[in-house]
Amino acid sequence: MTGFLIRRVLQSLLILFLVTVFTLALVHLFPGGPIKSLLGPRATPQQVAYYNHLYGFDQPFYVQYLKWIQQILSGNLGFSTKLNQSVSSLIAQDLPKTVILAVLALIVSLAFGIPLGIYQAVKRYTKGDYILTGISFLGYATPTFFVGLLLVEWFAIDIPLFPPFGPQGTTVADILSQPRALVLPVTAYAFVLYALWSRYMRSSVMDNLVQDYVRTARAKGASERRVLWGHVFRNSLMSIVTLLGLSLPTLVAGAIFIEVVFNYPGMGLAFYNAALNVDYQVLLGFTLIATIVTIAGNLAADVGYAVLDPRVRY
Amino acid sequence: MAIIPPGADPGQMDTAILPSETPEALEAAFAAAKSRGLLRRGWEVFAENKLALASLGAIVFMILFCFVGPLIYQTDQVHTNLSETLCHPSAAHPLGCDNVGYDLLGRLMVGGQTSLEVGFAAAIVAVLIGTLYGAFSGFIGGPIDSFLMRIVDAGLSIPYFMVVIILSVVFHPNKLIMIFIIAVFYWLGVARLVRGETLSLRTREYVQAVRVLGGRNSRAVVRHIVPNSIGTIIVQTTFAIADSILILAGLGFLGLGVQPPETDWGDMLSGGLTYLQSGTNYWWLIYPAGICIILTCIAFNFIGDALRDSFETRLQRR
Repeated sequence: MTGFLIRRVLQSLLILFLVTVFTLALVHLFPGGPIKSLLGPRATPQQVAYYNHLYGFDQPFYVQYLKWIQQILSGNLGFSTKLNQSVSSLIAQDLPKTVILAVLALIVSLAFGIPLGIYQAVKRYTKGDYILTGISFLGYATPTFFVGLLLVEWFAIDIPLFPPFGPQGTTVADILSQPRALVLPVTAYAFVLYALWSRYMRSSVMDNLVQDYVRTARAKGASERRVLWGHVFRNSLMSIVTLLGLSLPTLVAGAIFIEVVFNYPGMGLAFYNAALNVDYQVLLGFTLIATIVTIAGNLAADVGYAVLDPRVRY
Repeated sequence: MAIIPPGADPGQMDTAILPSETPEALEAAFAAAKSRGLLRRGWEVFAENKLALASLGAIVFMILFCFVGPLIYQTDQVHTNLSETLCHPSAAHPLGCDNVGYDLLGRLMVGGQTSLEVGFAAAIVAVLIGTLYGAFSGFIGGPIDSFLMRIVDAGLSIPYFMVVIILSVVFHPNKLIMIFIIAVFYWLGVARLVRGETLSLRTREYVQAVRVLGGRNSRAVVRHIVPNSIGTIIVQTTFAIADSILILAGLGFLGLGVQPPETDWGDMLSGGLTYLQSGTNYWWLIYPAGICIILTCIAFNFIGDALRDSFETRLQRR
């Protein structure tokens, strides 16, 4: 176990190294280099050269890389010249709001996805299973933003139950004080995630139902309820835990679209605005943070799985 | 010369071929009968699946609608027409007009061309690169394989949409660049999958035989490993097409896709958002393009599922 942990952490560090190199290389992809994109098309070559020197972009790549890493390790993720705000303060301001949205959507989607997935596995190949499978397929094939658009069209315009916007405001308290405005964004987000969980839960429960331990439990006279909830459910839940760790990129992507559709002031919307403004420091800072969180999530999922499931030994 | 009847069952081959046959003819006849048999049996399983057939029909319809449709239903999709901004559906414009006066039915066709072209091309490019990378990595094995796979892990841990958005900002995409942007990170997932498949194939006798006979690694990969994982590859391509169309739609929706007057289905939806938020009901800006995306993607997903079944069943029957 210790050996596995050490190997897995070392792997993550190697991945982290590759990712940071790649992210820094992205800066140099910007047309005319990062400074040119910052100063705009009218900047003179002298100005570009001056700022290139000031920011150290004229130095060899490995020097830039070491400096950048040093800067990040000291907590400086860059500065948004467009917003006149440091990237870390931007993250501190927007991340909690995105977390609220994501956690609410996660709870709602799991609350539907897990029981309905189990139901589908138990009643497999019945009418109910087919209908729910159809809904999951719809969830896979529908773009996140279109789910949002439909909800706005139906429940904000046709039947004006909820506002077409998400909650507005800069602080977490502002967001939480507008629960009605939260309903549509959370529902749209949850629907997309629901498709993932229910599909996964269904196949996981179906896999477990044919295992030997289920036959043993039945042979020993355990009731069907006990077999399902005491044995199969607990085993299936384990794989959902792993999937949760691996689904972080999906959560991030979902957040971008939901936040843009509902104008919800989280990290996704900030990232989108930075993309429109070519605010490259924000783009890189956000990407780096999201990537680190993803790597950590994968690591946690792997380790968690090894801890939860004694059969897994690497 | 024995004549192989068309569609002969490979099981009857032994009786059909006489010992006096030349090896070349024998080989050719066998190859013909075998490939026909494989495809036919695959198709039979596929055709049993009504949903998959309907999906195939839906995709053929979409392709005809987007590429042949404009020849029948001709509209101006280059010049804006501000006098017809947001006009309601009528006889002249069956689906109304958008915010700069383009006829929406015609726009749906033009946008569909982009979505389908980019979707197909990006999927094929990504699967091609991913297959070769994954197959070579898995076949070579050892430290090179684990380093190559760490590169894949690194690429996959960057949230896909973030990097794709950055690339779109950098490159101001047209169709060709869009294909590159979608494929440049999508192949990573395919590579990981094909590598897994390769790991199990590389120990098979026929791959070992290539090595013993002195064949190069590239021969073993291209001639033996890739053809034997073709099932996985085709299924992946199908899902990749659906994914690429969704990714393109996402970027288009954010206004980062192809530039006007070109458009795609996602780009068309972004116009709808503006008017929804103002509280007016311009439903024709949302439903047609959205339904096209869903229909196409669901159809590709169903086909992918059916193909997976048909490849598996074929293996079971053997």
